[in-house]
Amino acid sequence: MTSLHIAIVAPLVLAFLIPLLAKYVRKIHTGWFVLILPVLLFVYFFRMIGMTSHGGTLKATLEWIPSFGINFTAYVDGLGLLFALLITGIGSLVVLYSIYYLSKEKEQLGPFYVYLLMFMGAMLGVVLVDNVIVLYLFWELTSISSFLLIGYWHKREKSRYGAAKSMLITIFGGLSLLGGFILLYIITGSFSIREMISQVDAISASGFFLPALVLILIGAFTKSAQFPFYIWLPDAMEAPTPVSAYLHSATMVKAGIYLVARFTPVFAFSGEWFWIVSLTGIVTLFWGSFNAVKQTDLKAILAYSTVSQLGMIMSMLGVGSAALHFQHFHYYLVAVIAAIFHLINHATFKGSLFMAVGIIDHETGTRDIRRLGGLMTIMPITFTISLIGAFSMAGLPPFNGFLSKEMFFTSMLRITDFNLFSADTWSFLFPVLAWTGSVFTFIYSMVLLFQTFGGKYQPEKLEKKAHEAPLGMLISPIILVSLAVIFFFFPNILSYTIIEPAAASIMPGLLDGDEKFKVHISIWHGFSPELFMTIGVAVLGILAYRTLGKWKKVYGLFPDKLTLNNLYDRSLYGLEKGSNKATRTYMTGFLRDYLVYIFVFFIIAVGGTLVLTGGFSYSVKGTAPIGVYELVLSAVMIAATFGTVFARSRLTAIIALGVIGYTLALFFVIFRAPDLALTQLIIETISVALFLLCFYHLPKLSFKPKTKTFRITNALVSIGVGAVVTLLALASNSQRSLESISSYFIENSYKLAGGRNIVNVVLVDFRGFDTLFEITVLVIAALGIYGMIRLRMEKGGEEH
Amino acid sequence: MNKQQTNDVILQTVTKVACFIILLFSFHLFFAGHNNPGGGFIAGLMTSSSFVLLLLAYDLKTVKNILPINFIYVAATGLFISVCTGIGSFVFGAQFLSHAFGYFHLPLLGKTELATAVLFDTGVYLVVVGVTMTIIQTIGERE
Repeated sequence: MTSLHIAIVAPLVLAFLIPLLAKYVRKIHTGWFVLILPVLLFVYFFRMIGMTSHGGTLKATLEWIPSFGINFTAYVDGLGLLFALLITGIGSLVVLYSIYYLSKEKEQLGPFYVYLLMFMGAMLGVVLVDNVIVLYLFWELTSISSFLLIGYWHKREKSRYGAAKSMLITIFGGLSLLGGFILLYIITGSFSIREMISQVDAISASGFFLPALVLILIGAFTKSAQFPFYIWLPDAMEAPTPVSAYLHSATMVKAGIYLVARFTPVFAFSGEWFWIVSLTGIVTLFWGSFNAVKQTDLKAILAYSTVSQLGMIMSMLGVGSAALHFQHFHYYLVAVIAAIFHLINHATFKGSLFMAVGIIDHETGTRDIRRLGGLMTIMPITFTISLIGAFSMAGLPPFNGFLSKEMFFTSMLRITDFNLFSADTWSFLFPVLAWTGSVFTFIYSMVLLFQTFGGKYQPEKLEKKAHEAPLGMLISPIILVSLAVIFFFFPNILSYTIIEPAAASIMPGLLDGDEKFKVHISIWHGFSPELFMTIGVAVLGILAYRTLGKWKKVYGLFPDKLTLNNLYDRSLYGLEKGSNKATRTYMTGFLRDYLVYIFVFFIIAVGGTLVLTGGFSYSVKGTAPIGVYELVLSAVMIAATFGTVFARSRLTAIIALGVIGYTLALFFVIFRAPDLALTQLIIETISVALFLLCFYHLPKLSFKPKTKTFRITNALVSIGVGAVVTLLALASNSQRSLESISSYFIENSYKLAGGRNIVNVVLVDFRGFDTLFEITVLVIAALGIYGMIRLRMEKGGEEH
Repeated sequence: MNKQQTNDVILQTVTKVACFIILLFSFHLFFAGHNNPGGGFIAGLMTSSSFVLLLLAYDLKTVKNILPINFIYVAATGLFISVCTGIGSFVFGAQFLSHAFGYFHLPLLGKTELATAVLFDTGVYLVVVGVTMTIIQTIGERE
């Protein structure tokens, strides 16, 4: 167990101690104890930058289930480290924020921090593990802890709804991910991602390539809230705001991005990957930003904006795979670099925006933009934070969002030159969708900012008197927005330390030896088309924002019935109702129906096997001649059988049944089985007597002797069963392949057991074990009858 | 099968004789079982049928007076004997339910074959008698 392993599981270990601290150290807010750990971890990971920026990696294995090749292999490279830094860095800030956000007196702090630490540990595990099964384990742990965090205020119905929805969707994706991993294991024989990357050729050649690709992408898309799986994210906003800031903007939703980036070396050579990833991303970008504009809840705006921004990162990762096909890969590689850069930027501005929204909610009591307004002078610091965050999100200088958006436009424009996978016919879509999506991004950023802080202050609509937040709550967002500004002016402090090693781990195949990508982000790159696109976005965005009231009706055109949420709700409801209905149709509660199922299954299974395998054959070899006695007795038996089935009264049926039994005894006599004949005779007598007893005790009311209601199905089923059994008996009798073992008993009955009655010797000696349990069965039956009758009598139940 | 008010002199008189004949026949079936048709199972059924005849001719109470036996215990004893026969073979280091037999000169009977299988059969016999009678008595007592 190395320090790396300890670092990954440390949050989980601390989660065990939190309840104790929360219970016994009540004076200090529990969050302070939690805060120490992510800060320490951040420092720990920060010191690794030196290693990864020189192309170094760290790998440490802890054996877990070595016989299955499942080991806790921690692996740190540029990509993993970038995410680890995001998780611990934003984690520290969120914990600090939550200390001031969550009240010590009113909230259950223990569970909150336990879930949060669980999530942090799980997330670290996802990004720092090389073994896919362990990755999947941590992946599901993030789903579970996210579920717990969304449902933190479990007394609210909406929280529970949101938690259940996110659970269903992300677990659906998680399971599909597991399927993809298993397929990859089948191809490569290894659970290690490194190993899979080294066997890319085998994976590409395999027939499982496409299924594995699709399954893994479904896992990534559900987690990252891509179209059409994004619907859980807006409902997850019922979680406390620190959770939304942490999970649903900076970390968990980026687990899918991480996965796509991590598996790029495995899948990205294929056209399927290029099209699925980049199209899903660009559609999500457009759809998310389009929908964000109509929201009236601040957190809902941010949720849709997260969806849209994640789509943007995803599309860049997809487009970046074009670099793999060309010698001059730098032309397309800019997309990958932009994706990484925007990932970092998004974490900074979205985290700060969520925190600012949390402050507004906390200090005014509402998040509805129709009730908010004029907070600019009342909450100046929050306004500044929101301004920087929103402008950065909209892609305006001088904030970091501008840079990554420029690079985004660059990569979208460059992809129009791409001519593989018939991209040249459709690639014009990318810049168009990207640009319109950006316009909407601009509009909702302005809505977010100016409808909250601009306009008139409406104190009568607010629950509390608005005022500036305490300093502690402001620290985290201030740090984040300062980063947003710093990354604009000095983008290259990230270039060689973080972005370049991360790009190297996404595109490892492009580098030879010690070669490195040239990542240089410049603020100014001349009057390029990208700049004019941005200006266009700003101009059109301002115009559209000004005239928002006029064209907002557009959203009304889209019927509510066709939304994905409605589809989800209805399909869930339909599934529940349908399965209920289906269960009720066949679970009728009638024994006769179940018997029909069993018999029909028997006919299909046994008869079908007989037909399909051609198992039926008929030969008369070795059969004995049929004598007159047998014929007569058979006739009697058949007649009695018909008598039983078609009897009009129960008494006739019982007596006919008795006739069958006695005829059977006669058959035993003819076939020389005296012991059987004797037993059959007596048993038949007793059972007929018992039948008569039952008959006598039948309740008077329902005593209506009448003909059986003839049912065609019953007749068909019974004829079918009879036919199948007959055919089976004939076939098995005609194909005897082995000698009977009865000669052994005949020879040894007297020699070994000292008895001449072979039947008896077999029963008590050769096969005495069976007899022992048969008499046990008898005793159980007797005790059962005794118990049933006596207990009923003692209870004084319904006696007749 | 409960108290019969009628005066079945003929039935009762015949029963007195027939009962013993049936019992004797059932003993014959039991002991003949090893070499001729018969055995514990049939013998048990026969014995209980003689008891049933008693039940038919007299009432339940009378039969309980004549045979003050709880037949559940009979069944349990039978099962116990059978299991013990099986366990007994462990004493001789043999596998479960290994039987042995031998010929002995006994006073009065002369050369006789004695087999442990008969002990097992006795268990079967008692179980069958016990079970049959328990079922019939229980149902009969139920009104």
